[in-house]
Amino acid sequence: MYKYNDFDESFVRNRVAQFSAQVARRIDGSLSEEEFRPLRLMNGLYLQLHAYMLRVAIPYGTLNPNQMDQLAHIAEKYDRGYGHFTTRQNIQYNWPKLPDVPAILSDLADVEMHAIQTSGNTIRNVTADHFAGAAADEVTDPRPVAELIRQWSTDHPEFQFLPRKFKVAVTGAAADRAVVRAHDVGLVLKRQGGVLGAEIIVGGGLGRTPMVGKTLKEFVTFDDLLPYLEATVSVWNLLGRRDNKYKARIKITVHEHGIDDIRARVEERFAAIKPTFDGVDMEMLREIEGHFVPPIFADKPIEAYTRAYSADPVFRAWADTNLAAHKADGYAIVTVSLKKPGQTPGDATADQMRALAQITRDYAHDELRISHEQNVILPHVHKSNLPALHAALKTVDLATANVGLVSDIIACPGMDYCALATARAIPVAQGIATRFEELKLEHDIGALKIKISGCINACGHHHVGHIGILGLDRAGVENYQITLGGDGTEDLVIGDRTGPGFAYDEIVPAIERILLCYLDLRDGPEETFLAAYRRLGLAPFKAALYPAKEEKANAA
Amino acid sequence: MSRPFTPKVITANALLQGDVIYLSESSTWVRDLHEAALIFDAARAEALLAVAQKDGMVVGAYLTDAAEGKHGPEPTHFREEFRRTGPSNYPHGKQETGARANV
Repeated sequence: MYKYNDFDESFVRNRVAQFSAQVARRIDGSLSEEEFRPLRLMNGLYLQLHAYMLRVAIPYGTLNPNQMDQLAHIAEKYDRGYGHFTTRQNIQYNWPKLPDVPAILSDLADVEMHAIQTSGNTIRNVTADHFAGAAADEVTDPRPVAELIRQWSTDHPEFQFLPRKFKVAVTGAAADRAVVRAHDVGLVLKRQGGVLGAEIIVGGGLGRTPMVGKTLKEFVTFDDLLPYLEATVSVWNLLGRRDNKYKARIKITVHEHGIDDIRARVEERFAAIKPTFDGVDMEMLREIEGHFVPPIFADKPIEAYTRAYSADPVFRAWADTNLAAHKADGYAIVTVSLKKPGQTPGDATADQMRALAQITRDYAHDELRISHEQNVILPHVHKSNLPALHAALKTVDLATANVGLVSDIIACPGMDYCALATARAIPVAQGIATRFEELKLEHDIGALKIKISGCINACGHHHVGHIGILGLDRAGVENYQITLGGDGTEDLVIGDRTGPGFAYDEIVPAIERILLCYLDLRDGPEETFLAAYRRLGLAPFKAALYPAKEEKANAA
Repeated sequence: MSRPFTPKVITANALLQGDVIYLSESSTWVRDLHEAALIFDAARAEALLAVAQKDGMVVGAYLTDAAEGKHGPEPTHFREEFRRTGPSNYPHGKQETGARANV
C-alpha cells in the first residue's frame, strides 16, 4: 500500500502544527467560533449532539495493521474505547475533547493518516471497491488512481471553496461494489485495446434529490484522466449553484443544464488545461502503482480449509456467507462482520481493532479494508489459514456469519450522535437484527440489503437498499418511511416509497411483515427479495404493510 | 398575530468538552437540564441568548422549548430528550455521569 514520501509527511505534519495553533487560539479566545468552525471542519472535527466528533479518512478504505493498532490506541486514550466505521470508508470518534484533538492528529500522522478534507466543501476522501486488488472480476486495482486523486485534490487551490462537497468513488471491476453511480463523480476503470482508462460517470447522488449518475465520457485514457477530472470539477465550480445549498451538488447542475451541455463545457475546459499537464501526473501514477504491487501469493494445499469446512458447521456457515472469490488460486476474501445482532453497525472496540491487526499480520498479508457497508475486509487470506483465522475472530466476538443477510444492515449514526439527524437509525438496525435472530429466519430470507438513514441526507444509503428506511421528524415524533426495490450495484436503482411512514415502535414489525410476505410469495428460495420485488411490484408488499387501509379501500 | 411565547431554556455545547450545557438562573452554565433557567417571556429570552452567544467558552447557543416539571425544566421534543440523556446504543453521555458540577 501507499507509503508517504517526504512531501506527504511534511504536509501532514505541517497541517497538524497549523491546526494545533488554531485550537490553542480558539481556546485562548483569539479566534471566535465563527472563525474557528471552517478551520476545524477542514480537519474533520465536527460538533455533534453530545460531543465533538473526529472523522478520520481511510483513503479508499485501505489500512495496514499498524494503522489499525493506532486507531485502537486513539479510541482508548482519547475516546470511549471504540470507533465507528462509516459508509464513506472513514472512522469516526464520537467523544474527543477539543484540547486532545491536536494530539490525536499527531498520533494519526505517526501512521500516515489524517482527517484532512473529511468535511467542508472540498473533494472528500476518495472511496474505492473494498475488494480492490483481490477481486476475481477486476480489470485493474483502482487504488493507484484513487491515491493519485487524493494527492491531486488535497489542498488543490482551485477546489477549496466549492459550491458543496464533492465525492469521488473508483472501481476497477464490472460488479460495482463502490456505488459509483451515486457519487458526484464515479470512475469505472476499463481496458480498451490494451490501454487503461476510465468511464467517467457524473451527477449521481442520494440525499434529498436522489439521482443515478450519467456517463460523461465512455472512455478517458489514464493520460487524460486527471485533466478531465479537473475540467469536470472546474466547470461545476463555476456553474454550480451557490444560492441554495440544496441545489448546489453537481447532480443538480447536470440535471438543470443537461449532460450534453455539461459535456461540451468539460470538453472545452479540458482542451484549455490539458497542455498544462506536462506528464508529471502520469509519472506520479506510475510511482504510486509501485506501492500497490500484490503480495506474493502462496501456492500451498488447502486441506485445512476443506477439512474444517466438512467437520465444523459453525465454520461452514461463516465460510458460506463471509467469503468472496479471490483472483489467486487457493485464496479467499474475508469479510469480518461488524454487525452482530444487537450491536451498533460499524462499531469496533479497541480490543477488536487490535485483534484484527494481529490476525491480519498472522494470516492476511498485512492488509485490511473498510467497506462502505461498514464491515472490515481481509482481502488476501490463503484458505489454509481460514480455520485459524475464524477461531481467532471468535475470541473477540467478530465471527458473525451474516454478510449480505438481513442483519448485515447499514445504518448512519442518526440522532444518537448526529446534529443533522431527524430520527434515530442505530436502534432500528439493532431491533431488526435482533428480531430476525429470534425468528431464526435470516438464512431462509437469504440475500438482502437493508439500509437506514436518520435524515434525508442519506448517509445510510437508504434509497439503494433493497429495503430502505428513512427516519424523519413528523410533528415532533420519530417516523420512518420505507422504500423497496433499491439497488446499489452497477444497475443502480432508487427504491420506491411504500406510503405513509411508521412510528418508532412500529418500524420493526413493518419490516417483518414485508419479509414474511416475501417468504410467502417468492418462487422458491432461489428468488431473492430483490428479484421477487421486481417480479411482483409494490402492491403485495403494500397490502402487507398497510392491511387496515387496504381493507378500508376495498370496502369503499 | 405572532404565536404566543412558549417557555424556553438556553442550551449550547461546551467549547472544551463538547457536551450539552444549559444556562441557569444565575447565568452560569450547568450540565443538568433540571438546573436550567426556564424563561417565560420573549424579551428576556432574546436578551439572555444574546449574552450567551457572546460567551467564548460555549458553542452554538440557542433557545429551545421546555416545560415546567417537578424537578425543573423538561424537554418537549425528542431531540432535546436525547441531548440531555445521551445515545441509546451505549450508556455514554449524560445518562452515565448524571448531573455534574457546574462549568
